[in-house]
Amino acid sequence: MKMPAPDQAVIARRREIVAALRRIVAADAVIDREDAMRVYEADGLTAYRQLPMIVVLPETTAEVAAVMRYCFDANVKVVARGAGTSLSGGALPLADGIVLGLARLNKILSVNYETRTATVQPGVTNLAVTQAVEHRGFYYAPDPSSQIACTIGGNIAENSGGVHCLKYGLTTNNVLGLEVVLITGEVVRLGGEMLEAEGYDLIGVLTGSEGLLGVVTEVTVRLLPKPEVARALLLGFPSSEQAGDCVAGVIGGGIIPAGMEMMDGPAIRAAEDFVHAGYPLDVEALLIVELDGPEAEVADLIARVEAIARHCGAVNVRASASDEERARFWAGRKAAFPAAGRLSPDYYVMDGTIPRKQLAHVLRRIAEMSETFGLRVANVFHAGDGNLHPLILYDANQPGELETAERFGAEILKLCVSVGGVLTGEHGVGVEKRDLMPVQYTEVDLDQQQRLKCAFDPHGLLNPGKMFPVLHRCAELGRMHVHGGQLPFPDLPRF
Amino acid sequence: METLTPRDDRQVLEAVAWAAASERPLEVRAGASKLGLGRPVDGDHTLDVSGLNALGLYEPEELVVSAQPGIGLATLERELAAAGQMLAFEPPDLGPLYGGAPGGATLGGVIACNLSGPRRVKDGAARDHLLGIAAVSGRGEAFKSGGRVVKNVTGYDLSKLMAGSFGTLAVFTELTVRALPRPEDTATVAVSGLGDAEALAALAAVLATPYEVAGAAHLPAAVADRIAPAALAPAGLPVTLVRLEGFAPSVAYRAERLVALLAARPGGGTVVRLDAAASRVLWLAIRDVSPFALSPGGDVPAGPPVWKLSIAADRAAAAVARIAQAVPVEAIYDWGGALVWLRLGDGGALPAGVADDAGARMVRGALGGAGHATLVRASAMVRAAVPVFPVQPGPLADLTLRVKQNFDTRRILNPGRMYADA
Repeated sequence: MKMPAPDQAVIARRREIVAALRRIVAADAVIDREDAMRVYEADGLTAYRQLPMIVVLPETTAEVAAVMRYCFDANVKVVARGAGTSLSGGALPLADGIVLGLARLNKILSVNYETRTATVQPGVTNLAVTQAVEHRGFYYAPDPSSQIACTIGGNIAENSGGVHCLKYGLTTNNVLGLEVVLITGEVVRLGGEMLEAEGYDLIGVLTGSEGLLGVVTEVTVRLLPKPEVARALLLGFPSSEQAGDCVAGVIGGGIIPAGMEMMDGPAIRAAEDFVHAGYPLDVEALLIVELDGPEAEVADLIARVEAIARHCGAVNVRASASDEERARFWAGRKAAFPAAGRLSPDYYVMDGTIPRKQLAHVLRRIAEMSETFGLRVANVFHAGDGNLHPLILYDANQPGELETAERFGAEILKLCVSVGGVLTGEHGVGVEKRDLMPVQYTEVDLDQQQRLKCAFDPHGLLNPGKMFPVLHRCAELGRMHVHGGQLPFPDLPRF
Repeated sequence: METLTPRDDRQVLEAVAWAAASERPLEVRAGASKLGLGRPVDGDHTLDVSGLNALGLYEPEELVVSAQPGIGLATLERELAAAGQMLAFEPPDLGPLYGGAPGGATLGGVIACNLSGPRRVKDGAARDHLLGIAAVSGRGEAFKSGGRVVKNVTGYDLSKLMAGSFGTLAVFTELTVRALPRPEDTATVAVSGLGDAEALAALAAVLATPYEVAGAAHLPAAVADRIAPAALAPAGLPVTLVRLEGFAPSVAYRAERLVALLAARPGGGTVVRLDAAASRVLWLAIRDVSPFALSPGGDVPAGPPVWKLSIAADRAAAAVARIAQAVPVEAIYDWGGALVWLRLGDGGALPAGVADDAGARMVRGALGGAGHATLVRASAMVRAAVPVFPVQPGPLADLTLRVKQNFDTRRILNPGRMYADA
């Protein structure tokens, strides 16, 4: 992984920059001691580490704005960070940049039950939003598995998903308003408690922009009423083909479950061994199908899905009879990553999305690649929306294994793209998939994305080294290459 | 002034590249059913993409369909209905609002304007259902963004930027949108006699239930008299509407619960349940803003000004009341009050101080920061002189301009459609 060469001139000014930042924010909000900065050197993609130049922890929008303005004027790069749970290296620091930690902006500013919205600061955790409103029967729908730790600001940056996206959407579908600090220190407000923002859909592009466009300082999210009932079905199949058929049958039957998760044999056994969720161990594929809504509807849908599952060859069919049992069904799935961690010293989580119908084919190819690369793999899968999480098991202490795991991972992602899918469904590009972007996009496609970047951050100070394999200079991108002024197409129909 | 009518992607690319090279501004259109939406474009030529009207790859089992921008919504929806699916964002057909014939709306048009119908409260907006695009930027570069899967965070979501950009950044050559199951059954629960504020409070209460409300509208008396069936409310009474959709037993159960909930609220009149057929007709009228439609070929081409308010639902009724103090208005509240269609005037001349700017200062002033207002119908002269879209504060306006310049450097795609200088 090659990061842009650090700007030595900036690093040479470090003391001066620290002093300047201490004039903007409280002295203890600027961290420059190496031991204290150590905790910021990596995010959830722990294979990559870099000590930042300085860490700054502002407490207000005004402080964020002043820090950004200073960095803009002083040509200092900025890496924004929430809880640091990114699995793609989105918050990996830079040797010549500050880490702008937003953990101290952690207040829930307001909740409006009339408009069913909550306005929160970016450092509030995902789960805290739901906890603040559940006594009134509401919740915040996107539920990434890191929801206990990950922040709303980070969720915006990564457009985080979760197991309930199929029915309730990703972060982007649940955000109504943003306050954003631009690299110039200017503050813009987009949308709010209304359903439609005005002008270009900048909320739409900021969500998932991985800290390359601006720093979010306030977020208004949509709250949903909790469904009357939620029940889950645990369905075991002798093969992933049959489980795949069942997924297709459910969707084809006009049913959109709240969640539809799949695990393969190795993942099932690892999870069961770890949390004793009661999973059958004699099946090669397990589906968890959650149905929510009014009681009568859920009972009806449970019966419909059961019938589809049996028709597709399910050998193990269980419906949850209580919330405790439903939680138990989920416990294994939610612990799948740490469970895989017990199988192997290290594991590498992949995150491609594929069309649902390609599931069996892709799993077969992954199994073949597992043989070729000599590394084991366990698969968990948001089957409802085609988002695949193969966990590649490796041992970083064995020379070359990390590199082999990365090569294996890259091949899986290329496979996802080749069957009509994409490189990343919810974890983001970051540094991890940066160099694979050309697999999915042409150079012209990537140029358009960088044009958006140029509109927000013409000097490339925000999170450089992430998302784009090559960051073109904006002046170069802006040049028009014009060929003649004549209508060049005599065959173009006109009237 | 010529009209260019490309037939395929390559010809769109050639046309835009030529316009960029020769700095000839293009007015981009597909069905041309809502040319009155936005500022008048000072176009040198017209780029008519209605010839790109093919259905692309439709995979019902993947819940996704691709089509060219010029495909008629009616055609596309027929294809989806044949597989038991629909466009869940319920795109409106606004042609009649401008005195045109119904049925002119295209997929490219509704996405370019990010138009969503009553189901927005449950299933999201047009932009939420757009998964991917192929387009030609104003710089004459053919590109794609997004894909055919819902879960995709690979790079910036340029599809969303293009949705709602009114053709000012790029010209679509293909769009990929979600196709979702059509509900098995639908019903409407209606309560009559509620004032605007009481009605929106009732709708907020209903939307806070777990009953998956798929439409929440309020029609003040004047509007209700025109489109609500007599069975719902006696003439002269407002009517408040809640739509339910889904599997039949579930709809029946939820309707029963909502009838009870609404009947128990103070101040309301009779609570009535409307069956599927009548319900569909009524929500179609709300979706298309039919009460404010102009008769085709009428002698007042623009008709009375119509505004669209996007506003915090709990402050909508008060804002409309403030506007009504200055000028007689008719309102249609949708999305639980978060969307308000407002027609100014009672057919006669507008009062002084309002007539010159179609009420822009007065309407925007009345919102008091609770939302924003778009002038969706006025004469071309007024739309050229008055900001049609909300006026943006300096830094946001500058950012908007930089986005425009980066995608349409020579300002040849619908210049001025959204903002005079963009």
